[in-house]
Amino acid sequence: MGKRTVVPFGPQHPVLPEPIHLDLVLEDEKVIEAIPQIGYVHRGLEKLVDKKDFKQFTYVSERICGICSFMHGAGYCMSVESIMGIEVPERAVFLRTIWAELSRIHSHLLWLGLTADAFGFESLFMHTWRLREQVLDLFEQTTGGRLIFSVCDIGGVRKDITPEMLDKIVSVVTNMDKELRDVTSVFLNDSTVKHRTVGIGLLSKEKALELGAVGPMAKASGIRRDMRTQGYCAYKYLEFEPITAEEGDSYARMQVRIGEIFQAIDLIKQCIEKLPEGDIITKIKGNPKGEHFTRVEQPRGEALYYVKANGTKFLDRFRVRTPTFANVPALLEILKDCDLADVPILILTIDPCISCTER
Amino acid sequence: MSILSMTKTLFKSIVHGPYTENYPAKPRENYERTRGSIENDIEDCIFCGMCTRQCPTGALEIDKGEKRWSIERMQCIQCGYCVNVCPKKCLHMRNQYTAPDTEKVKDDYVARISDH
Repeated sequence: MGKRTVVPFGPQHPVLPEPIHLDLVLEDEKVIEAIPQIGYVHRGLEKLVDKKDFKQFTYVSERICGICSFMHGAGYCMSVESIMGIEVPERAVFLRTIWAELSRIHSHLLWLGLTADAFGFESLFMHTWRLREQVLDLFEQTTGGRLIFSVCDIGGVRKDITPEMLDKIVSVVTNMDKELRDVTSVFLNDSTVKHRTVGIGLLSKEKALELGAVGPMAKASGIRRDMRTQGYCAYKYLEFEPITAEEGDSYARMQVRIGEIFQAIDLIKQCIEKLPEGDIITKIKGNPKGEHFTRVEQPRGEALYYVKANGTKFLDRFRVRTPTFANVPALLEILKDCDLADVPILILTIDPCISCTER
Repeated sequence: MSILSMTKTLFKSIVHGPYTENYPAKPRENYERTRGSIENDIEDCIFCGMCTRQCPTGALEIDKGEKRWSIERMQCIQCGYCVNVCPKKCLHMRNQYTAPDTEKVKDDYVARISDH
């Protein structure tokens, strides 16, 4: 047994978009153990239910995270709507799905770019983010915001998408589909990318189940678990199959995410085809009383929202379990026995979102 | 990545030129729905206080006596909730951002006090 060394990794590190700290216990170049420490971006958002009423809290819940902000807002609104027994108009439900799937494309493209950057493939990083920019422009044209939309409200959505804009969305995602084939073929076929990802960070199906991995992390290990199959929002009207892979390594996780981008493009087209006419918001009366759990499939995996209301305009409790929080134990598992040089890629492979995790 | 596909990408990038815009020589145009800043048509405002009560960040303030409506620009998150709840529809979202600043800016809108 060689001499053990502890190398601190983060909270500031070139590959980390957000701060997380890991103490890496090394034996020569091999990682024996990783000890995580979080708490650098804790903002106490859950506690704000004491200060903001349940309608204002929609805007707080959107700000849990900058990347999956729409789904956080939608998850919270769905919980309150269930407690109050509000029937959300069909059109609003479909519009929510369109925005949610566009968010998935933008989140996965962001991740692909960061990963390319992590293994030093700068031009690929630029190309992926160039494509992502088109999605952000669509967000700004439809909602007014590029990352935080402020469009989801309790009872429906606040802004409609015009027919011309729907056509534009279809043409943008169709063109993007073609360009994405070129870019993603580099991720899937290039030897330098394969060299850094194939066989790295293996997570077996049993371990993934035992550690409670979620999202692409679990799907890449062969677990067919996708909350969208429960049929929340408009997913019950859409045809899709969760994308899975068997290998459980970093390459498989990349495959799953790339597959999900194309699936999201297909789902958006299906939504626009089936989009019904009608109202986009139901007026709400009174205050919520009761409690509810909502499970939503975010780009990073399953997110869980718990809302407890007491009949006043202030909620008793709001709790979020975000996908990155669930994936941290799996991350520590795959970090064991890896090379120090692979640590950045392995941390990125879970698509960490620390703001979400710490709320 | 094979040499052939790499050359194809390379030529495509050379022919296309930069994908970024020549900012600030060519200013960026905002979209119609861009959430830039909140404006108030103060002459129509009845100072009911709905916007100040609903604002999630507490950026708005009114003084009914002096007929003043003010907004803390740095505190406002441009969510547009005040625009939604305004009964007179005198609040609206402009698609232009306010100028960047180094100090906290508070904009006052004062209505002319009518003679009668």
